[in-house]
Amino acid sequence: MKKPNDFNTTHEPTWCPGCGNFGLWGAFKQALAELDIPRHKIFGSYGIGCSSNGANFTKINVFHGLHGRPLPVAEGVKMANHDLTVIALGGDGDGFGEGGNHFMHACRANHDIAYFVHDNQIYGLTTGQTSPTSAKGIKSKSNPLGAIDRPVNPIALALSLGATFVARGFTGDIPHLAKLMKAAIKHKGFGFVDILQPCFTFNKHNTHQYFRERVYKLAGNDTSDFDKAQKLAREWDREDKIPLGIFFQNESEPVFHEQLPQLTKETLIKKKLPVNLKPDFQSYI
Amino acid sequence: MKINNFNWKIGGPAGFGVMSSGLMFAKACSRAGLFIHDYSEYPSLIRGGHNTYQVYVSEKQVHSQRKIVDLLVALNEQSIIEHLDELVKGSGVICDSAKVLFDKKSLKKKGIMLFDVPFNKIAKEVGGDEIMRNTVTLGATMALTKHDFKYLEKIINDQFSDKDKSIASQNIKAARAGFDFIKENYNIDSFDFFLQAQNNKPQMVVTANDTIALGALNAGCKFYAAYPMTPASSILHTLAARGPKHGMVVRHAEDEISVINMAQGASTAGVRSMVATSGGGFALMMEGFSLAGITETALVVVEVMRSGPATGLPTWTDQGDLKFVLGAGHGEFDRVIFAPGDQEEAFYLTELAFNITEIIQSPVIVLSDKYISESHLSIPFFDTKKIGIDRGKILTETEAKKLGDKYKRYQLTKDGISPRALPGQEGVRIFLNSDEHDEMGYSEESIQNRLDQVAKRAKKIKAAGKLLPPAKLYGDKTAKITLVGWGSVKGPILDAMQNQDLKKKVNYVHFPMVAPLPANTKNILAKSKKIVLIETNSQAQFADVLRAGTGIEVDHKILRFDGRPFYQSELVKEINKI
Ligand SMILES: Cc1ncc(C[n+]2csc(CCOP(=O)(O)OP(=O)(O)O)c2C)c(N)n1
Ligand code: SF4
Repeated sequence: MKKPNDFNTTHEPTWCPGCGNFGLWGAFKQALAELDIPRHKIFGSYGIGCSSNGANFTKINVFHGLHGRPLPVAEGVKMANHDLTVIALGGDGDGFGEGGNHFMHACRANHDIAYFVHDNQIYGLTTGQTSPTSAKGIKSKSNPLGAIDRPVNPIALALSLGATFVARGFTGDIPHLAKLMKAAIKHKGFGFVDILQPCFTFNKHNTHQYFRERVYKLAGNDTSDFDKAQKLAREWDREDKIPLGIFFQNESEPVFHEQLPQLTKETLIKKKLPVNLKPDFQSYI
Repeated sequence: MKINNFNWKIGGPAGFGVMSSGLMFAKACSRAGLFIHDYSEYPSLIRGGHNTYQVYVSEKQVHSQRKIVDLLVALNEQSIIEHLDELVKGSGVICDSAKVLFDKKSLKKKGIMLFDVPFNKIAKEVGGDEIMRNTVTLGATMALTKHDFKYLEKIINDQFSDKDKSIASQNIKAARAGFDFIKENYNIDSFDFFLQAQNNKPQMVVTANDTIALGALNAGCKFYAAYPMTPASSILHTLAARGPKHGMVVRHAEDEISVINMAQGASTAGVRSMVATSGGGFALMMEGFSLAGITETALVVVEVMRSGPATGLPTWTDQGDLKFVLGAGHGEFDRVIFAPGDQEEAFYLTELAFNITEIIQSPVIVLSDKYISESHLSIPFFDTKKIGIDRGKILTETEAKKLGDKYKRYQLTKDGISPRALPGQEGVRIFLNSDEHDEMGYSEESIQNRLDQVAKRAKKIKAAGKLLPPAKLYGDKTAKITLVGWGSVKGPILDAMQNQDLKKKVNYVHFPMVAPLPANTKNILAKSKKIVLIETNSQAQFADVLRAGTGIEVDHKILRFDGRPFYQSELVKEINKI
């Protein structure tokens, strides 16, 4: 059995002291350790942001790609080698702003991958601008008079797009977050976890304290009940209470690669390269 | 008597089956051992608009379309009006005067023969539906050219083989009725064109999009992602239909940004991957293209040009993206751009692109355009062993395991190319990074590291060395005039060089690669006395590329940028003026 620290690299995290990313990273390593998947079979596809700098600190296979694009890379890896455990990670700006279109289509494609969003409701790496999940009225460098837009609700959004696993975690509760991450990775299909990750430096509104006062853990909710999940998803908007846990899970939906007949016997990477094109040539006569 | 030298054109509104009849006629000829080149024009519309399809048939290999039409099938009035100036004395027109109003006298005055075939009525009576009018005209064409009807019958059967049997048999009846109508009502010998079967090897009738798709399959490409965009879409259609039985996964993704990132994911996992698009889609791919440069990911990117800027002329041809593609992606890394000159080159260059991209671990572009990507040419089966598969410095499981923790994805080596391990191989950690990185892959901003990695990436192209295609000389070495072109202008130029009206002695230097410029560029042009650049864009972009790369100035430019390809006859006229 692996220990979380087995997933440390030679590089120390560069996050600000007090950053929620430490908790997220800890929970991720714990989840990986407990899942006991050989390290070489784990693939992390990271975007660009404070969040995605975790690529340097986590000893798994890594593609540290572009801002907003961890999902397409993860999907490509999974289609090419579905024996790998593939996880996409990135910030809220990355996932719901720059990469919003990919999120929409990842939810409905149901690739067997997990997606963890470090949701700090701010742009961290670019030093504090409004993000798609910033609360209305929040002042930032890009909206000094306060955000005009209403925030994206990632849980409701994922549900509406047909995601088959929808959960919310909080970096202030590492064991609980690790459990959610494990469940998302194990989930057969697209496992989405929106992770409340306070940005100590730039988000003075959504602080650890803010979340402590509002979060509670879902217990005994029927995760197969889509309508109830939708209602729960709105709780933060309506009642200022923030449920944590699994909102919805549906494993009866087939995953993407299993619906490709050419992948039923072997992974794409195992296919022999040379092909016989004679019949194709013939068909062009 | 004109035997086996025949130019046929069909015109009509979109939705009238102009495209499918054109291809059927092309195949009815190539199956008879004749050589064909076809070319179609259509606006960016699904219904209405004016579509044309022309097939040039010869007993020698042809390379381009011809202007003067020997037989025009006019499914509507507009077809006659628009193409009257392409008809000459002795040309024929098949039309249905019951439906088409036009000035018969003026046709007669020009010496154009009129074959009035009530094809709408025949189609309805014999086939049961006016939609088969195009098939009736194919039958009439076969009769007028004294071509053996069996070739048409066979192709109709094949065309509808996946449909209900009655569809093929109704179409054959309709074609036969058109054939008989001509025989019964006209003296076919008065029309001076003959198509006679020849003994030749079987030939494929393929576009460059077909051959790019086939080339990718032959190279062992197993992942293809795309977002539809004319004129690249048919690569997607072809691979979606043919790929899976060769084990390929084809993904129509949500946008081109996803496409290029997804393909890099697949490539990182170890699968040969390709994407294709046109200029607008490639513009969306820019950041991802640059990503492949710094992560050192193998990837073949096909750009099929159409006229820009922006949406431009979506269904027309152009070479205006040259400089855009040369500068594709931000930041410095070597661009490798192949530019197939015809449907055959497109097959082998696409295959080669897969080897080069894996050898140098950097993306390779195949730059085509609407003209060759949607025009069919008859060519013999490809040699599937000619290029072979070279995956470069990819590690086996055992090699990777041996390296274990010492494995460095971006190891500094003599040739700049690092061993490539794959995720899933035991013992190694793959770390690809779009940040500047150290040898292991970690984000690293120190001065020495940056210098090392820049130098490493710059070296890699050398490893492609002799595998890269050279510039090629066609014609007499000592000719006073050297025509220069890249990509799709090759066909019309080769045909122009054979044209009897050409009064000057010329040779042609063809560039199947525009970046890097072929190693023999300076040498091959060293003896040229007068260099004439032929290009389908308005800025003579290749003149700048040539000057920047070699200091060589072109002396004269023949440019076309109205969305249409060059015709050999026009080139001859222009060259004669020099
Ligand atoms: C195409 C592109 N646009 C902009 C940037 C600059 N950029 C880097 S990270 C980032 C936003 C970071 O916010 P988020 O994704 O929420 O991640 P965080 O840093 O908060 O973890 C931006 C805009 C970029 N790298 N690429
Ligand atoms: S800026 Fe915010 S998100 Fe980024 S490391 Fe610092 S605290 Fe964390």
